[in-house]
Amino acid sequence: MGKSINVSLIGNPNTGKTSLFNRLTGLNQQVGNYPGITVEKKEGICKLDRGLKAHILDLPGTYSLNTTSLDESIVVETLLNRNSKDFPDVAVVVSDIENLKRNLLVFTQIKDLEIPTILVINMADRMERKAISLDIELLEEELNTKVVLVSARKNQGIDNLKDAIANYKQLTSEPCLNASVIDVEYFEKLKKTYPNQLVYKLWLVITQDVNFGKLDRNRDIEDLKQHKFDIKSESDLKKMQHKETVVRYQFINGLLKKVLSIDTENAKDLRSRLDRILLHKVWGYLIFFVILLVIFQAIYDWSTYPMDWIDQAFASASSWVNTVFPSGPLTDLFAEGIIPGLGGIVIFIPQIAFLFLFIAILEESGYMSRVVFLMDHIMKRFGLSGKSVVPLVSGTACAIPAVMATRNIEDWKERLITILVVPFTTCSARLPVYLIIIALVIPDERILGGAFNMQGLTLMLLYLLGFGAAIFSAWVLNKILPIKRKAFFVMEMPAYKLPMLKNVAITVIEKTKSFVVGAGKIIMAISIILWILASYGVGYQFNGAETIVKEKYADQNLSEAEMDQKIASHELEYSFIGYIGKGIEPAVRPLGYDWKIGIAIVSSFAAREVFVGTLATIYSVESDGEEEQTIKNRMAAETNPILGGPLFNFASGISLLLFYAFAMQCMSTLAIVKRETNSWKWPAIQFVFMTAAAYFAALGAFQILK
Amino acid sequence: MITTVAELKRGETAIIKEFDEIDVPLKLLEMGCLPGNRVTMMQSAPFKDPIYLDINGTHLAIRRETAVKISVEIHG
Repeated sequence: MGKSINVSLIGNPNTGKTSLFNRLTGLNQQVGNYPGITVEKKEGICKLDRGLKAHILDLPGTYSLNTTSLDESIVVETLLNRNSKDFPDVAVVVSDIENLKRNLLVFTQIKDLEIPTILVINMADRMERKAISLDIELLEEELNTKVVLVSARKNQGIDNLKDAIANYKQLTSEPCLNASVIDVEYFEKLKKTYPNQLVYKLWLVITQDVNFGKLDRNRDIEDLKQHKFDIKSESDLKKMQHKETVVRYQFINGLLKKVLSIDTENAKDLRSRLDRILLHKVWGYLIFFVILLVIFQAIYDWSTYPMDWIDQAFASASSWVNTVFPSGPLTDLFAEGIIPGLGGIVIFIPQIAFLFLFIAILEESGYMSRVVFLMDHIMKRFGLSGKSVVPLVSGTACAIPAVMATRNIEDWKERLITILVVPFTTCSARLPVYLIIIALVIPDERILGGAFNMQGLTLMLLYLLGFGAAIFSAWVLNKILPIKRKAFFVMEMPAYKLPMLKNVAITVIEKTKSFVVGAGKIIMAISIILWILASYGVGYQFNGAETIVKEKYADQNLSEAEMDQKIASHELEYSFIGYIGKGIEPAVRPLGYDWKIGIAIVSSFAAREVFVGTLATIYSVESDGEEEQTIKNRMAAETNPILGGPLFNFASGISLLLFYAFAMQCMSTLAIVKRETNSWKWPAIQFVFMTAAAYFAALGAFQILK
Repeated sequence: MITTVAELKRGETAIIKEFDEIDVPLKLLEMGCLPGNRVTMMQSAPFKDPIYLDINGTHLAIRRETAVKISVEIHG
């Protein structure tokens, strides 16, 4: 039987902690959430020698145990709560050789918690090139720890680290410095009042706003939290924390003088040279714009091929089921409900994968921080910060991870505004709707000397419209929200790195999988419900459709196929869904839609991408045919029952595009916003405001253009 | 000469002086912005906000409003 030990990976952002995690666990990892909050929890299993298994938890990146964000609180809470099932048997602090000084700060704090700790020095392969030498033995002795040199990128030293983890019992839990020198009297008093507790743990409980939940019901801690040990004022405590940081750095500086030598001549590195161009006042912005343009054109151009194949494949699968299996309700459910519904999910995979690929590359390379730098001043005017750009850009993939990505915005007002406006950005769920409408109503022509495709350009305009709406709303919210800001903005500018294929691949696979599985369930369920609603009805108009239609068209001499089509249409009109659709038709007619689009819109309030799937289901129930057509062809054939002409023309197309650009049609996003803001108030405001904006924009567009 | 980080010119290096603890976020100290350390102005965005610094080897960006609170001494 294998024994399992708990390992926590801790370290500054940009030290290659995640690469190391991927090296240790491979694909044997899962991404979940910490209970009750939406901080991403990454854990995995790593097999060690002698049948030992390590359960590895990749804690969020942090510069210290002094928390300013939700992510950092998780680290402190995990390390303080000895009763938690995640409490580490051994902590692995990941540092990188070039930033050892800064990386050691959090290491000394963890040592003060008397947790057995291993110090990993990553990017060790750069030591030779950068003429860095390190006295490991002395470092181990002074820090009371085991030091392991690794290169996660080059896969070096990983086995040594595994050995060190397996031998964790040999590690001492002795601290490496005495932090209580910052106020001897105060710490003595703490020790005397709570003799059974670790004094540094008490200090963190006093200074950090940590929440242990129900797990750590410790009388001392509860007592301490109640009294807050309030001999010191808030500003005194802050001064003491500053002093603590200075004391720790004094220790680290003294230590590194003895063990580390760096040839500072090599300081003019690639980073400075690249930054001079990428952060240039003109070129920097131009490059950013070009990168965005390339991403959108690429996604539009490249993903259409696999999307066409998928569309075709599902259409043929439906007709295959229809021809091979005997006709009956079950065959119909598969051919008209499940397969088109499934197609409506699978068809997003190319675009979502591409988007996550680009976002992962931008993050991994270190360019994302430069975007934050370039955009901060502009964003500040709208009540956002440069850090809001990452959520807004991620929002082009999906609003859910984007709302979660706001966690590293320290200021609550900036964070709240970002959360509220992120759903305006064009998420990938809008993409299928946009793509199919654009394909129907915008000519596939090249303009400006053939440089740009009209359809691609329209798509880009829609993205800009989304950003514009987000920024304008942010400006309004910044003016009206009565919240005081206490922002400060500190951001590391990491060295540029070539993105690691393995990291990018894991991100793309994990994110695409969770999106498809998460959204897929909703779409699947809605597709089946829709099929049932569209296939059944009550009353003579539905059940006697055949007789009614045959009587009505008796004198027109229709072919059998045409007659079948008329019957199916009549049935659909009087099915359950037909009644629902007719009920809402008065509301959507001024926008240029018929009752079928109305149904698609209503069902896509669960999730936007349902729109295409719904129309696919409705039309295939209606067509009832042996020769299955693609969704696009069916939509192009629809006519407007009142105005005549194609139903999807320029006016109604633009109206639909605007409706989908603004409307808040995603239950999952609303749920995430509720969790992140801890109230239903904000998602409710978001829903009402965005949907009203969508309705009036669509109304205006159709009435002007028709 | 004593000035603030916000006034440094591109490529200029200075030594950080004492500053008022309440005004400067703890996070900045943790990233190495401590009295006695060397700070170099790397670059600034348009309107000199935010500004990009190299503090003792750590490259970081801060806003102008924070930068004006950190006084430095330019030697030479």
